[in-house]
Amino acid sequence: METVFSIKPLLAVLVSVAAVPFLIWSRNPNTRETWTFAAAFVKFGIVLSMLPAVLSGTQIVCKVAQVMPGMAIAFRVDALGMLFALVSSSLWIVTSAYSIGYMRGLNEHGQTRYFCFFALALSATIGVAFAANLFTLYLFYEMLSFATYPLVTHHQDQEARSSGRKYLLYIVGTSIGLVLPAMITAYALGGTLEFSTKGFLAGTGSPALLTALLFLFVFGFAKAAVMPLHSWLPAAMVAPTPVSALLHAVAVVKVGVFSVVRVITGVFGVDLLQSLHLSPVLTAVASVTILVGSFVALSQNNLKRLLAFSTIAQLSYIVLGLGLLSPKGMTGGILHIAMHAFGKITLFFCAGAIFVATGKKNISEMVGIGRRMPVTMSAFFLGSLSIIGVPPCGGFISKWYLVTGTLEANQMPILFVLLASSLLNAAYFMPVVYRAFFCTPEEALFENRVQEAPLFCVGPPVITAAISIILLFYPQPFFRLAESAVRAITGG
Amino acid sequence: MSHHFPALLVIAPLLSAFFISGAGWLNRRFCLPLAVASLGVAGLSALSLFWRVVQQGPVLYRLGGWDPPWGIAYAVDFLNAPVLVLICIVALLNLWASHRQVEEQFKEKTGAFYTLYVLMVTGLLGITVTGDAFNLYVLLEIASLSGYGLIAMGEDRAPLATLNYVYMGTIGACFYLLGIGYLYIVTGSLNMADIARILPGLYENKAVLTALIICLVGLWLKMAFFPLHVWLPNAYTFAPVPSAALIAPLMTKVMVYVMIRLMLTVFTPGYVFSTLGINDAVVWFAVIAIVMGAILALGQRDLKKMISYIIVAEVGYMVGGAWLGNRAGMTGAILHIINDALMTLCLFLAVAAITYRMKSYTFSSLKGLIRKMPFTMGAFILGGLSIIGVPPTCGFFSKWYLITGALQAGHYGFMAALLFSSLVNVVLFFRIIEIGFFEPFNEGHGHGEHGPEPMNEAPLSILVPLWIVALGLVVVGVYTSEIITHVLQFAIPKAIL
Amino acid sequence: MSGIVATIIAKYNYWIYICLMMIGLYAMITKRNLIKKIVGMNIFQTAIILFYVSIGAKRGGTIPIIEHAHGGQSHAVEAVHYINPLPHVLMLTAIVVAVATLGVALALAIRIYNRYRTLEEDEILSRIRGS
Repeated sequence: METVFSIKPLLAVLVSVAAVPFLIWSRNPNTRETWTFAAAFVKFGIVLSMLPAVLSGTQIVCKVAQVMPGMAIAFRVDALGMLFALVSSSLWIVTSAYSIGYMRGLNEHGQTRYFCFFALALSATIGVAFAANLFTLYLFYEMLSFATYPLVTHHQDQEARSSGRKYLLYIVGTSIGLVLPAMITAYALGGTLEFSTKGFLAGTGSPALLTALLFLFVFGFAKAAVMPLHSWLPAAMVAPTPVSALLHAVAVVKVGVFSVVRVITGVFGVDLLQSLHLSPVLTAVASVTILVGSFVALSQNNLKRLLAFSTIAQLSYIVLGLGLLSPKGMTGGILHIAMHAFGKITLFFCAGAIFVATGKKNISEMVGIGRRMPVTMSAFFLGSLSIIGVPPCGGFISKWYLVTGTLEANQMPILFVLLASSLLNAAYFMPVVYRAFFCTPEEALFENRVQEAPLFCVGPPVITAAISIILLFYPQPFFRLAESAVRAITGG
Repeated sequence: MSHHFPALLVIAPLLSAFFISGAGWLNRRFCLPLAVASLGVAGLSALSLFWRVVQQGPVLYRLGGWDPPWGIAYAVDFLNAPVLVLICIVALLNLWASHRQVEEQFKEKTGAFYTLYVLMVTGLLGITVTGDAFNLYVLLEIASLSGYGLIAMGEDRAPLATLNYVYMGTIGACFYLLGIGYLYIVTGSLNMADIARILPGLYENKAVLTALIICLVGLWLKMAFFPLHVWLPNAYTFAPVPSAALIAPLMTKVMVYVMIRLMLTVFTPGYVFSTLGINDAVVWFAVIAIVMGAILALGQRDLKKMISYIIVAEVGYMVGGAWLGNRAGMTGAILHIINDALMTLCLFLAVAAITYRMKSYTFSSLKGLIRKMPFTMGAFILGGLSIIGVPPTCGFFSKWYLITGALQAGHYGFMAALLFSSLVNVVLFFRIIEIGFFEPFNEGHGHGEHGPEPMNEAPLSILVPLWIVALGLVVVGVYTSEIITHVLQFAIPKAIL
Repeated sequence: MSGIVATIIAKYNYWIYICLMMIGLYAMITKRNLIKKIVGMNIFQTAIILFYVSIGAKRGGTIPIIEHAHGGQSHAVEAVHYINPLPHVLMLTAIVVAVATLGVALALAIRIYNRYRTLEEDEILSRIRGS
């Protein structure tokens, strides 16, 4: 595989950090938002400019500093990282627009702080996506934890405080308590932390030790919200909705899953996991999370909490896909990073738009809201279709690959889990949509008069929903990235 | 001239102490420039020595031209060169940050403060540079006595806290002296290199064992190694902030250095780690120190006490790492001397800034402080992240080596203690962030009402050094590899694997 | 039994210094009066000074001054005849340190007395808690 040196990955990471001083110093909110947009577009541009090279099978590397003997802050852009960076940097643009509508619509305080930490969080996300070794990944993972804390606790009230505690306890507690020792052990065993397509742990330790390590990693990256370490995610929903949308449907949680994927593929390697017979265990853990998460989502009344539990379940699809260790399953899992992101962010945007327009958070209060906010609810409908995994939305593709992956791996029980989960998804999303549109005039809690949220709030979900649809018909960039990532992993 | 740097290191501040004391009587305005000048000279000497050591290897200086073992030798090698630089940097930065507060707080005692300040630095530099075991005791007492004075200048309860420190400190120093006495009986020499040359043939002798253990107990008392830490929290809490910001980063760390010097230079690692057979017990004590330090820190309600207990835990890190008996642990311990000094300095300078504005350092005075003093709190948080051990701050890297050492030694208790203390540190610092972030500064405002609080930052003379240290934490962290490959790996004998 | 006694008698200087040290330590730990503690501390330091002085001593030795340095009948110096001066010299420094420590401790005691009007530690502590 060809390797090219370039500082572009570093620039992609730093561009949003560099924007922070400008955000702080701009006196006028409009200037400030201009800087945010500028940073977002530049970031996306840099990421995009690396796409052709990555698609043609080149790796872009950049070593920033050698911090310890055998350990460096270094970036390497491969297909997997590219996919994730592409998703998060493109969604940052949309979310920035949405943030403006949402924050101004609700007249929130501390907006400068909000945009600053948002930019920092994005830097960290791209850093994780491009990390060339486990240390760099951990560095940005931790940076993301601390950068998102002020965002989660933005409201600065008692509820935010206790949620913030829970958030940190789970996220930082596991990363220090589980990942750090696992990382040090891996370094002691393998003598390196550099991700490689075959992993570097093969043949270095006893099977029991390696199995233990894998679990330390999988549970330690608690941002992936694998049960039982999931309950920070619903708690973090006290954050303003744009934060929930980008960070808790895309950046933070996907960073968790992405880290798990990296560890499975880059540290352990598929062959090692196969020889350790860990596939059933991984898929079992993921399956339990999928089913339990979906069942809990059924009983939620708060829309954002429902979405949170749905996210918990959906994240485990990705872990499941990887855990299958079959090429198709892995392709599906990796694709799901992108597909779920566009679908779920649409749903969060809609929930936020509803809150801005009506102040309602609970599903029971949204009967007949489709008449008042038809555009928003249509987008919501499309988003939920994507999550359920039916055409005409992109979620269908990733689910299709997951299903064929289970067949390929000959794992019938998992197939049932996937089907059951799809049914459950439908069971908790469709009533929301149904009651929004189809209810008798007496039941409706809203007047039959179209009154949408501000344009900045409604535009983004429409855009992301549209992208969701487009992704079904034109999944090429993501699909090719996922495929070449899997090809690199399996060596086939 | 340049070959006199080792002596200049000690003599410049020592002489200036007399002049400063005189200037204190005549004209107080001269005190600070004198102190800065002398510490600057010491700092330049330390830097050039460091450079020379890195370029050409260890430097031996014969005081008064007498050859060792008869004369006193000052030896600068890979182990103490970085410590010397560290002491000078910490002392100078703290001087910069605290001069305003010193002049406002001590008024006519300004001269006395600066005199003690430079004497303390003299002592610390001397302890670090000397290659003579008895000379070390004398300089240790110079540092301690001036340290007592600096601490006693503090608030109401300072004298009592200091007196307790005097008792414990004296016992510690006496134990060290006693141990050196035994070594002298056995070897007839006081020069460290000379003792090291003679000792290997005498390891059968019980007096050697006694000497080492007595010395260690003395040093552990001085460095506040749990359970010999009882003097530390009160002394550091009631000390005036300018003193605490000098003593807290340096005193315990220099004592750890002396311990490591004793283990590596005076005794051979083989004897210390294998023949002696106490390393496992010491590491377990370190585990207790770390855990108890962390738990006790949790119970505190003011910043200075909390940081004091964190220091108790950090001393456990270093002692434990040094006694793991492998290269990674020792590297971690030495690296942590540097890192912990900087982290503690960062925290104490932040406390200085807070005290300067708020006139208090209790948790309740921190309300709304993130809005009121964002730069101070930013640096404080950076220091906290380093204590927690978040990359790329330097605290992460020493912790990495310590945990690797624990892993290689198979000492899982120590590893668990390190992780536990990291987690407790998360709680400690985020509790403060919560207070600063969530609780409104003015009680009159209700929740939800977020009137813009006026920003009321500390003066630049505190903020600039504070941020230099805070950014230094990251810089040192990123340059860990350089520090280890060019300096620290030569400080550890090849016998330690 | 007699063996132990013989050991004790043969090394009596060590036993004396250890006893003194323990007396000092005992005073510092158990006494609640600050001055008594300071006295204990001083005894502790003195014990170590005595220890050093005693190890330099030699039965039948004299002070290390060479008598015939400037005479014609110079002869070889026999170390056996002279006591070791080095520990004594070291102790000059240690005495200075001890005096300085004592001075600092007493100064602190005075400040404490001026503040609390007592030197009993229990009373001081109860006043600190009370206030």
